[in-house]
Amino acid sequence: MLIKKAPDIRSSEITPKSLYLNRRKFLAEAAMASAAIAIGAGLREMIVPSTTVLAGNKIDGIKKSQFSTTETTTPQKDVTHYNNYYEFSTEKDEPAELATKFRTRPWKVKIDGLVDKKLELSVDEIIKMASPEERIYRHRCVEGWSIVVPWIGFSLSELIKRVNPTSKAKYVEFTTLLDMTQMPGQRRNVLEWPYVEGLRMDEAMNPLALLCFGMYGEELPNQDGAPLRIVLPWKYGFKSAKAIVRIRFTEKEPVNSWKLSAPREYGFYANVNPNVDHPRWSQARERRLGEFFKRPTLMFNGYGDQVASLYNGMDLRKEF
Amino acid sequence: MLRYFKPVIFLACLAPLARLVWLGFHSRLGANPIEVITHSTGDWTLIFLLVTLAITPLRKMTRQYWLINYRRMVGLYAFFYGCLHLTTYVWLDKFFDVHEMLHDIAKRKFITAGMTAFALMIPLALTSTKWSIRKLGKRWQALHRLIYFSAAAGVIHYIWLVKADLRKPLEYAAVLGSLMSYRVVAWLVTRKQIRLRQRGLSDVGVPEDNKAATLSS
Repeated sequence: MLIKKAPDIRSSEITPKSLYLNRRKFLAEAAMASAAIAIGAGLREMIVPSTTVLAGNKIDGIKKSQFSTTETTTPQKDVTHYNNYYEFSTEKDEPAELATKFRTRPWKVKIDGLVDKKLELSVDEIIKMASPEERIYRHRCVEGWSIVVPWIGFSLSELIKRVNPTSKAKYVEFTTLLDMTQMPGQRRNVLEWPYVEGLRMDEAMNPLALLCFGMYGEELPNQDGAPLRIVLPWKYGFKSAKAIVRIRFTEKEPVNSWKLSAPREYGFYANVNPNVDHPRWSQARERRLGEFFKRPTLMFNGYGDQVASLYNGMDLRKEF
Repeated sequence: MLRYFKPVIFLACLAPLARLVWLGFHSRLGANPIEVITHSTGDWTLIFLLVTLAITPLRKMTRQYWLINYRRMVGLYAFFYGCLHLTTYVWLDKFFDVHEMLHDIAKRKFITAGMTAFALMIPLALTSTKWSIRKLGKRWQALHRLIYFSAAAGVIHYIWLVKADLRKPLEYAAVLGSLMSYRVVAWLVTRKQIRLRQRGLSDVGVPEDNKAATLSS
């Protein structure tokens, strides 16, 4: 008769009897230890905040503007740490950190489409086209919050006049940089990249439309759209494209990224309008950052005197 | 050590709230504190709901049957954070404007879903006492299956709320999906076992007959 030898179990592999008998207690203690580690990690994050140093070069010779509001400006720290900038992250507090190494020089902007002469300009050539103005604008996000920002730039019309679009040009399209090595948010298909926005020509020529390269007296921080962005105070924030690398003049209406992603929810115009709700939430009121109570949202974000005439005869419920 | 475990877990479950209070007092809730509080309490409601739902699969798979002693507490914490979440909406978002809230519930899908999720938790919290369990008997278990619908409504509430980035709500959906699949599989297995046992009983008769036939021949 063949008797097989029992398989070897090293004595070190045998669970000690005491541990075996107390296995529940062991598991409970293990769970408790992990909980303690988790709480510890949480506490550490609370006590040692991750801070970002604001390093901005001052901009000289800034003129005041008649378009500025006298409302209290939002603290710079909030405007630089609460950013909807999906190219970096969908979390608002993350672009400040993730954009620190973003390279804004050298930076070329291609100007093409329906123009007399296609151009490629450096951002510094563009910035020198006109003298910088400070424009303190209300800025209303489609999500229902708002800020007041002292932007620096000049009217977009100054650039458009200099690049001579042809008479066929009805629209202008803005494209943001596509570079997922620098913009980690572009590795995920949250939106179709690169980000595209657009304006009708008369909107773009309106003096309120700002070509922007600074804020709070300094060059734009990376997380706020450096080196070049537009600011359209009467429209929801997503219309104001950041880190622009291309300005193209077209005959047809550009398809902007948010409209492409959810056409039922985001239109081409996206004018601030308290009477036209987002399909999923009301736009009647907004929370100004730093304020406890919500305030009523104003038609065209309070810029009706300057822009309402652009939309005469249009059904703003349909053209939202 | 084990004796102190329950109070430790009880206190640990308060950590998310303690964190918000601590950050709030140190002005560390960022540019939009109300948004942070709303999102955080919503997240923790869902987390506690999912942990509650994870206890049964976990205790059966790991044979750590003592885990059941924590289910009620965790479930009540889901309700607790749900109450806080609802309070931020009622107070800090709507400022007790009943008319506007009713309008929201009727018109906004994500609010409807969130309110449903919360409403379904109320009877569960109310009948969480030992007395109710005894009083309701078998019906208690049936009633408490409402948690499946509450968690599902909670996840849908989150999916319908986000603008474009569905990653986080879909993570919750995936966890809920696997916890529910476990239950479906467990239910199918049990049903099959019952069937087999029933058939097994009649199966026993066949060889007996055969045996008898063989013997007689």
